[in-house]
Parts: sequence; C-alpha cells; structure tokens
Amino acid sequence: MNDFLRSALTIAAKDLRSELRNKEAMNAAVSFALVVLLLFSLAFEPAGNPDVRDMSGGLLWIVYLFAGILILNRSFARETEGGCLDALIAAPISGSELFCGKVISNGLLLLILELLSLPIFGIFYDVNWTRSFGSLFLVFVLGTWGLTAVGTIFSAITATNRLRELMLPLLVFPVTLPAMMACVKLTTLILAGEPLGDSVIWLKLLFGFSLIFSLLGAVLLDVVLKE
Amino acid sequence: MSEAAISIQNVWKFFGDYAAVREVSLEVPPSAILALLGRNGAGKTTMLRMMAGLLRPSRGDISVSGLGWVEQNGSAIGVVGHGEWIYDDLSAQENLEFFGRLYKVDDLAACIDRWLETVGLTRFRNARVSEFSRGMRQRLAVARAFLHDPRVLLLDEPWTALDDRATQLLSSLLRDAQSRGRSVVVCSHQLREALEVATQVAVIDRGKLIFQGPNSDDFKSAPEDFYQKIS
Repeated sequence: MNDFLRSALTIAAKDLRSELRNKEAMNAAVSFALVVLLLFSLAFEPAGNPDVRDMSGGLLWIVYLFAGILILNRSFARETEGGCLDALIAAPISGSELFCGKVISNGLLLLILELLSLPIFGIFYDVNWTRSFGSLFLVFVLGTWGLTAVGTIFSAITATNRLRELMLPLLVFPVTLPAMMACVKLTTLILAGEPLGDSVIWLKLLFGFSLIFSLLGAVLLDVVLKE
Repeated sequence: MSEAAISIQNVWKFFGDYAAVREVSLEVPPSAILALLGRNGAGKTTMLRMMAGLLRPSRGDISVSGLGWVEQNGSAIGVVGHGEWIYDDLSAQENLEFFGRLYKVDDLAACIDRWLETVGLTRFRNARVSEFSRGMRQRLAVARAFLHDPRVLLLDEPWTALDDRATQLLSSLLRDAQSRGRSVVVCSHQLREALEVATQVAVIDRGKLIFQGPNSDDFKSAPEDFYQKIS
C-alpha cells in the first residue's frame, strides 16, 4: 500500500472510529431521514398512488441530501475541537491525503445511511427496490461520491465559521445541483423498473461531476486550510 | 558553524491592517533551547504558528531544518500547541497510534509503550481522553509531540496545567532532546520554568523582537526581575 493511500485510510479509520464511539452525526442523520420519510409518506399517501412513483427518486435524494449535510457538518467541525485541525495541518500529510480520507469516511457514513433508510422507504412508499438493487447501488455510490466530494471541500471552508451549520447547506446545495438532478432522474427510472437506455448520459454526468470535484478538492484543500 | 535549525529572516505577519509580528529576524542553532518570552498578546504564538507551518508569513522567510516555509512538510517538527491537539473520543493509545501513523514512526507499538511510560499514562492507555484531567491531557500532548523524535520542537505554554512532577519531567525531556542535538523553541510567560531550561532567550514585545541573547545565571536566579534586567 502506498503512503498516500495509507495516510488517507488512517484518517478515514480515525473518523469512523470517532463516529462509532459517539454516533453524533449518524444518530442525527438517521433520525432525520426516518422522520422526513415518514412525514412525506403521510403527506403524499403513497399506497396505490401512481404519481408517487414518479417522485420517488426526488423524495429519496432530498432526504439523502439534507441528512448528508448533518454528516458533512461534523466532518471538519470534529477537527476544530482541541485544535486538532492544526495538528493535521502541521502533520506531514498533504491536503489531498486529508481530503481523500475525509471523502472516504463521509462517503461510507452516508452510504450506510442510504442503505439503512432504503428498506424503510420501500415499505412506506410501496416501492420494490430489490429487483434492481445493483443499478440503484451504483447510483448511490456515484451520487454519494459527488455529494461528499463537494461537501468535504465546503466543510473545510466553513469549519471555523460560527455559522457553519447554516453556511454549509447554502454552499453545497447549489453546487451539487447537477449531480442531484442526475441522481433523481436515474433513481426514479430504476425504481420504476424502466431501462436506463438514453439515460446513461446521466450516469456519465454523475461520474464526471464526482471526478472533477474530487480532483478540485484534492488540489484545493491545502490552500483552503493554510491560507 | 553548522546551519541554524530555525532561521527567521525579516518576518512580518499582518492580520488585516494589524501587524502582529514586525520585522523579526532570529536564528536558533542546533542543540539549543530558545525561550521566546513576552507578555500576553506580544506575538509569541503567532511566531510559533509560523514556524510550525500553520500561518504563512506576510513578508520574509522562515526555514526549519534547512527547508523554507513552502517546502516544509512538518515531519521534522513536533508541536505542543495552545490546544492539546488530541481527540477526546479516542483513547491515549489510539491518539498516539493515529499520529504515529501520520508521521510514519518506525516500530510504533514500542514507541507508544515507551512514551506512555515516560509521561506516566501507561495505566490509562485505553481510557478515553475525554475522561482525562487537564494535566493528563497535556502530558499526552507532550508524548504526541515527541513521538516521531522531531529535529525541532515547538512548544506553546507547555507548562500550563502541569503539576510540579510533570513540570520537572517536561523540563528534563527538553534537556534530553537538546543533548541529542534537537532544537527547541518554548513560548511562555512562565519565566521561572522557561529560564530554567533555556540556553538562549528572545523577548518579543508588540510584535517586535526587543532582546536576543544567551541565557545566564543572572536571569535564572531572579526570573521575576528578568524584564527589568533586559530593558
């Protein structure tokens, strides 16, 4: 294993261990996701309502986006306690190693949240998600990658800001709009059991978006943290 | 003469219009302990943060172990900062493992055992840091800073919250580091402790270096009169 990957995995493992201990972000995010799914299901009365199927992708990604913000908010906020962010900046690791580690840990937490709330979504909205789980999982992975890449950059920028809980969604939502559009479109198609066909372009967009923002984050994090 | 471990050349640091550090030039030779003294708000911490690579100088250059500010990657530097720089959710052992891996410390397990023993935290190695007292946290912070045997040690108010025994331990650790060729910069307003270990003294006042020279028995014997003696 090369030094880059080893450092990134060390940071990711530390974050996951911390989260496993106090469950600060996950408790809030999972509770939020379940409450919103429940409220939407009461509002839309999905049983026997064919329109809900058309909205299913949108509903699901609204929940994931907002719940994801709760996870991303803690990512660098955790480092500001006890001055640990300084320790990471002073350590012999590059901004890209730190970025990569943070994206891995944030991405895994968000993916766990998505997989936990998917069966609940299936029950509340009478949607069969199991028949095309492979395609759905691919969209989840790519969407989560894009969201965490953007969110990790902005989480670092807002880490020391007093209004970070407010600032982070304001910065992340507009930037992730193309990725979220792709996620919504693809998820709706997959849940409706329709072939992807021409919609593969959305998959390409999602992959390109995630890749571009990952490269940007890896390059920019040093500047964000040191300047 | 060997190259300075830390070389600071005409350094300024501005926060907006305010000059926190004003044209400071300073050299720390190898195997020296420099006490960087000054009253609250004098600019000591800003100086230390620039040496540690945490703040970019607005003007001038800082090189540590022969590397300029931009090339510096932190591996040669150990820092005890204002905060303890340790994670509350992790145990003492997990904290040292984490930083040891980032600094790529050889034989990490043995190194952690040795440092936990040195700072008297072996019994608490698996306890979460959130359960530690302020003094225990500071001792763990010292172990973290020394763990990778850095060539340069930068310590900001390191005696804070330490009891008599821990204060003596830290002072002996600094002397030991010096005897092994390491260079140390200690920022403090605790004159007695700082002058006790220092080989060099520098005083900063309102961002400007107003005194620099070797430490002397005269300073050590009456640290409370130190500022009068240098003025």
